[in-house]
Amino acid sequence: MQRKGLPTWVPKIALFLITLLITLFFLQRLLMPKYMSDIIEGALTAEYYEETTGHEVLFVGDCEVYENFSPITLYEEYGISSYIRGSAQQLAWQSYYMLEDTLRYETPKVVVFNVLALKYNEPQSEAYNRMTIDGMKLSKTKLDAIEASMTDRENMLDYIFPILRYHSRWSELSAEDFKYLFHKDKISHNGYYMRVDVRPAEGFPEPDILADYTLGSYAMGYLDKMCKLCKDNGIALVLVKSPSLFPHWYDEWDEQIAAYAKQHGLDYFNYEKLAETVGIDYNTDTYDAGLHMNLAGAEKLSGYFGKYLKENYTLTDYRYDPDYQSAYAKKIRFYEEMEAAQRKELAEYGEIRSF
Amino acid sequence: MLFTSYSFIGFITVVFLLYYLIPRKCQWPFLLVASYVFYYIASPSYLIFIGATTVSTYVVSRRLDALKEMQDAYLSSHKETLSREEKKAYKASVKAKKWRWLLLCLFFNLGILAVLKYTNFVIANFNGILHALGGGQISFLDLVLPMGISFYTFQSMGYIIDVYRGTCPAEKNLFRLALFVSFFPQLVQGPISRYNDLAKSLYERHDFDTKTVSYGLYRIMWGYFKKAVVADRILTAVNTIIQNPDTYQGGFVFVGMMFYALELYADFTGGIDITIGIAETMGITVTENFQRPYLSKNIKEYWKRWHITMGTWFTDYIFYPISVCKPMLNISKFSRAKLGDVIGKRVPVYLASFAVWFTTGIWHGASWNFIVWGLMNFVVIMISQELEPLYMKFHAKFNVKEKKWYGAFEILRTIFLMSSLRMFDCYRDVPLTFYMFGNMFTHFRLQDLNAEAFLGLGLTAADYLLLFICLIVLVTVSLVQERKGHVRDLIFAAPEICRYAVFFVMVLAVIIFGAYGIGFDQSQFIYNQF
Repeated sequence: MQRKGLPTWVPKIALFLITLLITLFFLQRLLMPKYMSDIIEGALTAEYYEETTGHEVLFVGDCEVYENFSPITLYEEYGISSYIRGSAQQLAWQSYYMLEDTLRYETPKVVVFNVLALKYNEPQSEAYNRMTIDGMKLSKTKLDAIEASMTDRENMLDYIFPILRYHSRWSELSAEDFKYLFHKDKISHNGYYMRVDVRPAEGFPEPDILADYTLGSYAMGYLDKMCKLCKDNGIALVLVKSPSLFPHWYDEWDEQIAAYAKQHGLDYFNYEKLAETVGIDYNTDTYDAGLHMNLAGAEKLSGYFGKYLKENYTLTDYRYDPDYQSAYAKKIRFYEEMEAAQRKELAEYGEIRSF
Repeated sequence: MLFTSYSFIGFITVVFLLYYLIPRKCQWPFLLVASYVFYYIASPSYLIFIGATTVSTYVVSRRLDALKEMQDAYLSSHKETLSREEKKAYKASVKAKKWRWLLLCLFFNLGILAVLKYTNFVIANFNGILHALGGGQISFLDLVLPMGISFYTFQSMGYIIDVYRGTCPAEKNLFRLALFVSFFPQLVQGPISRYNDLAKSLYERHDFDTKTVSYGLYRIMWGYFKKAVVADRILTAVNTIIQNPDTYQGGFVFVGMMFYALELYADFTGGIDITIGIAETMGITVTENFQRPYLSKNIKEYWKRWHITMGTWFTDYIFYPISVCKPMLNISKFSRAKLGDVIGKRVPVYLASFAVWFTTGIWHGASWNFIVWGLMNFVVIMISQELEPLYMKFHAKFNVKEKKWYGAFEILRTIFLMSSLRMFDCYRDVPLTFYMFGNMFTHFRLQDLNAEAFLGLGLTAADYLLLFICLIVLVTVSLVQERKGHVRDLIFAAPEICRYAVFFVMVLAVIIFGAYGIGFDQSQFIYNQF
């Protein structure tokens, strides 16, 4: 009697599919942008998963957090272990999901949210969505973040299988794509994007008069969710507005956030108004004429804000923890090396080219 | 649901899996459900129209069948008692009844098509006349145009005419007929199947057969390759040229014309490959619609190889009926008497051809561009027929017919001719099309066709290189098919690893080189619009 078993084509098809999937995986890695030069912000999100230490303070937000706060300063001055989960034009709902994603790995004591993103009430740009979301590990949180962020032409499948989005890069592949196929260089310092150059503040156009100054319900809804998530996890939420001269942060918006903070028992600091108290000098502390802080500005702001954190929350001083000492020794070395390298480039070319 | 959308790929995957998982007797009812779901997703309101066509076609076909049975029964029971004249008279009376039923069905269904597709075209023309006379304007109507209405209406009408003629049995089951009308892979862009060709494999039960499924998958992937890699990539350049006639003149009119010829070929044949492939994976045989049309040596041959099912439809249901109808026979008689045998016998043929090409043109779209395109085909075919004796004299004198170079010349000539007629698809109106055709020669300057200008068409150097490689692949496959038959047979005759390797390369080519997603202006299939 003939033995019944799997048809002979089944293992062949299985082998074929496995080979195809492996090839597609390889091609996907090759074709995805590496963000190792020019626009490096796209590499920030994924770096978080390589962390070996925990963090008691988490910053979420857009460029006003990842360029304006230095976790290394917070550690060096106060022993605070912190991380910035921020990306270019990271929208309010993306910050919420970034927090939710972080909670899958650790529970910080304090979450600091920069409120500038609340001015956007709907998905803005596919390119920025990609820079923020592509680096997230696949999870329900990531799917929710995609769902909340997609612009009209975007598609969930393109995020789950990025090769469907980036396939057309076959004609733009560079040496960088091959070099960083399986391993990327570290580019941030616990999420902080360092710039040492200086470009003094210039005049900005007068702010537009808006028809309606009410912050949008979609964005504010996510602030509510963030508030609740923090409350449910015993986390203190702090709202900040980083010092910046542009884009304009309207007084009407500021009042709404202040009222919101008061209503929910949150601390809110508008460092635009407190810039002088912090010691920010827009002639020396910004690298792009007042939009973002340079290293000097970020260190001043971090020193000032760290004092508030230390005085108001029971945060561990990790400078005396051997594990953290060792991890942060490497981080500090990298921080100092990058600073030195940037200063060298600045002296050599008059501008920063590689960072 | 575009054939190239993720949702369609998901849809056919689910349909395919369920088709083989459910009991075999449920396969065709399941396909009917799937087809209606497919149509419902496009727009629930479309179901009313396809439903009306299906039910009316069913009712009339049953009526025609009943009349035939009644006639057969009557004649058989009165075999002995009826005289020959009485039998003839009875048959004529039944035929008249059948004719009335047929007309009713044709008017109803073609009426739906005419109202939905052509009302605004008629209004636009009427407005043109009113404007010239200084009168007011009639408002356009907000009409829906159900997806694939031209295709399923023609398929249904072909069926009802066949039933009338007795060349095809009337389907007794409404749902089976509904599946024939709505079979989803061919609903949006054909082919226009005949009941006798499609019914058997559509309704019969199919076991999972690896070879059939593999053949189908190859065909699908080949279709996606043509559509996504070739047609949708070259689309950018075509649109840039034809939408900017003030900028792209002379040589670029020629470039646009040839690019459009490639786009249309890859788009339409690619879509049909996907259709036939999907059906094939389920064991269903759909009629072929193309036979390497760009290898035709003359326009007549081209139309036997391009959109075959439409061509045969017009021949069988318009050309022949018009040619042999009573008025035409009278015209024939009259013209022979007045113009002599040689010219006289051509008059009915040309009149019927004129009707066919006019209908072909307007079937493609409610615009003068399509009508003129159809009539220009008629003119070119007529001229080439009239010049036939001249060709024969030429070939008798110069023995070039069998030369390879002459064959290549004939192919290129036909491609140029057909491509230039297709310019009516491209430019916004008829006068502009004629102007651009002339401009192609009068403003041709070789130096305009430089690399910089080509890169200004929205394609990169890498795109051009890729298109060139694709063109080589397309030509090679066509030549192999022409000389050795199905390429899939050759692949399957090769060592097993080859068939996996070829499919592997095809999948990767479509995924990597396909012009889809953000950054590409993904086009719907051109023939979806007809």
